[in-house]
Amino acid sequence: MKSPQQHPEPPTPVITRRDFFGLAWKGLGILAAVEVLGMIISFIFSGKNKNSAPPKQLLEAGPVDSFAKNSVCAFMGGRFYLARQQDGGFIALSLRCTHLGCSINWEENKKRFICPCHSSAFDISGEVLNPPASRALDYYPVLIEKGVVKVDIGTLKERKTTGKDQFTYA
Amino acid sequence: MRTIFLHLHPQKVNASALRINRTFGLGGMAALLIAVQLLTGILLRFYYIQNPASAYDSILFLKNNVLFGQFVRNIHYWSGVFLLMIAFLHFLRVFFTGAFRGSRRVNWWFGLVLLLLIVFANFTGYLLPWDQLAYWAITVSTNIIGYLPLAGDALRTAIIGGRELNGSTLQNFFNFHTAVLPLLMVVLVIYHFWRVRKSGGIMLPGTPDNSEMVPVMPYLVFREFIAALVLLAVLFATSALFNAPLLEKANPVYSMNPTKAPWYFAGVQELLMHFHPFFAAFVIPLLVMLFLICIPLIKIDDTQEGHWFISERGRQTAKSTAVFAIAVTLAGIFFNAWVMNFEIMLPGVPAWISNGIFPAVILLVLMAAFFYFHLNRKMLTKAELVQAAFVFIMMAFIVLTVVGVFFRGKDMELVWPWNV
Repeated sequence: MKSPQQHPEPPTPVITRRDFFGLAWKGLGILAAVEVLGMIISFIFSGKNKNSAPPKQLLEAGPVDSFAKNSVCAFMGGRFYLARQQDGGFIALSLRCTHLGCSINWEENKKRFICPCHSSAFDISGEVLNPPASRALDYYPVLIEKGVVKVDIGTLKERKTTGKDQFTYA
Repeated sequence: MRTIFLHLHPQKVNASALRINRTFGLGGMAALLIAVQLLTGILLRFYYIQNPASAYDSILFLKNNVLFGQFVRNIHYWSGVFLLMIAFLHFLRVFFTGAFRGSRRVNWWFGLVLLLLIVFANFTGYLLPWDQLAYWAITVSTNIIGYLPLAGDALRTAIIGGRELNGSTLQNFFNFHTAVLPLLMVVLVIYHFWRVRKSGGIMLPGTPDNSEMVPVMPYLVFREFIAALVLLAVLFATSALFNAPLLEKANPVYSMNPTKAPWYFAGVQELLMHFHPFFAAFVIPLLVMLFLICIPLIKIDDTQEGHWFISERGRQTAKSTAVFAIAVTLAGIFFNAWVMNFEIMLPGVPAWISNGIFPAVILLVLMAAFFYFHLNRKMLTKAELVQAAFVFIMMAFIVLTVVGVFFRGKDMELVWPWNV
C-alpha cells in the first residue's frame, strides 16, 4: 500500500505577499514624492531666465571722432562706460565691479575707475589696479559702422584680464 | 484661551526651573517676536506692492497716508532685529548651559535650522522697500553667493532671477519672506517646543529629585506674561522713537558709499575685506557651520550638564579665550588695513594664496600658540576645550560684526562710529 504522498513543507518565501505589497506601496510613495519634488523644481525654474541669450541690442554711442583718445564717457542708460584708449581702441566697460557688483565711478584726475564698496580700482582698459577685485571689468562688444560707434548691450563678456582682441579700432 | 496656554506647558514644573538665569526666557521671547512678525507682516501686506516700479511708492504711501503705517512698519523692522538678536542669545544660552546632548541633540539641529531661517527671513525682508539701502545691500550679498565653488554663479542667478536685481528678484524674495519662510518657521517652532517637553522641560543641572514641583499656573504662566509685557513695551518704545530706515528709491547706476551688507552679514563682509572671497564666503562659514553641527556629536566624559560654562575652570577659560579672540581679531583687522596687505605685497602670487592661505596659516599659528601655551596647561576636559573653541568663534564673529557695522565709513575705511 502506497503511503499517502507527503506534501513537502512549502518553502518559507523570502518575502511574503504582505511584505511585497508593503514594499510596493512604500516605493510608490517615494516615487510620488520624487515626482512632486521634480514638478515643483521645474515649475519654479522653467519660467525664469528665458532670455539667457538675449538678441543683439545695439546702442548707438556716437561718431568715432566725438570721443577723445584716453577719455571715458558714461552711458548710464546702457549701464556702461565707453573708454577710448591712448591708441584709439574702444571698449565698453560694464558699470559693475567684478568684486561684488557695485557701480564703479570714473575719477578723471586719477584716470581710474574706483568702486565705492571696497575701493577696488581699475585703469582705463578695465584692468585691476587695486584689489579686492580679481578680474578685469566685464565689457560689451563694440562695433564701428560707417564711423559710428555702436555697443551691443545684449552681450556681456567676462574676462580674466585685458587682451588686445577686446578692443575695437576705427 | 486659558487651556490653550496650559496645554503648551506641563502641569507642574520644577521650582528651580523658574529661576530667570536658567534661560532668561529667551526662547519664549523669540516665539513671541515671531508672532509679532506674523501679525505686523500680515498688516503690511495690505499696502505693500511687490514690483520694482511701485514697491518704494507703496512704502511711502504707508508712511504718509496710513494711520499707524509708519509705526507698524517700525514694529516689524525692530521686531526683526530683536528676533535675530534674541535667537542668537538663545543659541548662546543653550550652548553655555550644555543643553544640546542626548535627547536634546535633535533640537539643537532644529534650532540651528530655525536660526538660519530667521536670518533668511531678515535678509529677504531687507530687499522689499526697494530703496538704495536695500538694493545695494542685496546686490553685494547675492554677489558673495557667486563666489561659492561650482554652483555659485548658477545659484546666484537662480536666486535673483537674472544677472542683476530685477522684478523677479523682488518677487522671489517677497514669496520667501511672506509665504515659504513663515510657514516653515511656524511648523519648526511648534516642533522645537514639543521636543523641549519630550526631553523633560528645560535643562537643569544634576537630578534634583528632592526639589519642589510647583503648578505652572500661576507660577510659570504669570512670569511669562510679565516677560511678554516687558518685551512688548521695549519693542513699542523703540519703534516709537526710531524709524525704520528708508533712503531714496533704488538707483541701479549709483552705488551707495559705503555699500554695506545687512548688519547680520557685516561680519562676513568684514571677513571679505581680509580674505579671498573663496575663504571668507565659503571655507570659513562652512567650517563654522560644520563645527556647530558636530558639537552635540562630540563624545565627552564629564556629566556637568546644565551648569553655566560647565565649571569654574570652564568659566575662567571662556573669559581668557574671549579676550584672546577679541585681541587677535582686532589686531588682524588693523594689521591688514594699516600695516600690510598681502595681496598688494605679493603681486605675483595668486590671490587665493596671498589673501587666503597665507593669512589663514598665520591665524592658525596664533591659535595653536594660544592652545599650546595657555589652554593645554590647564588640563581642560574635552567639553571645556570645545567650549573654548566655540567662544573663540563667537567672539571673533561678534568683533567682526561690530567693526563692520560701526567702524567702517566712506570707501569702507576704518573710522570712529561717530564718523560713519
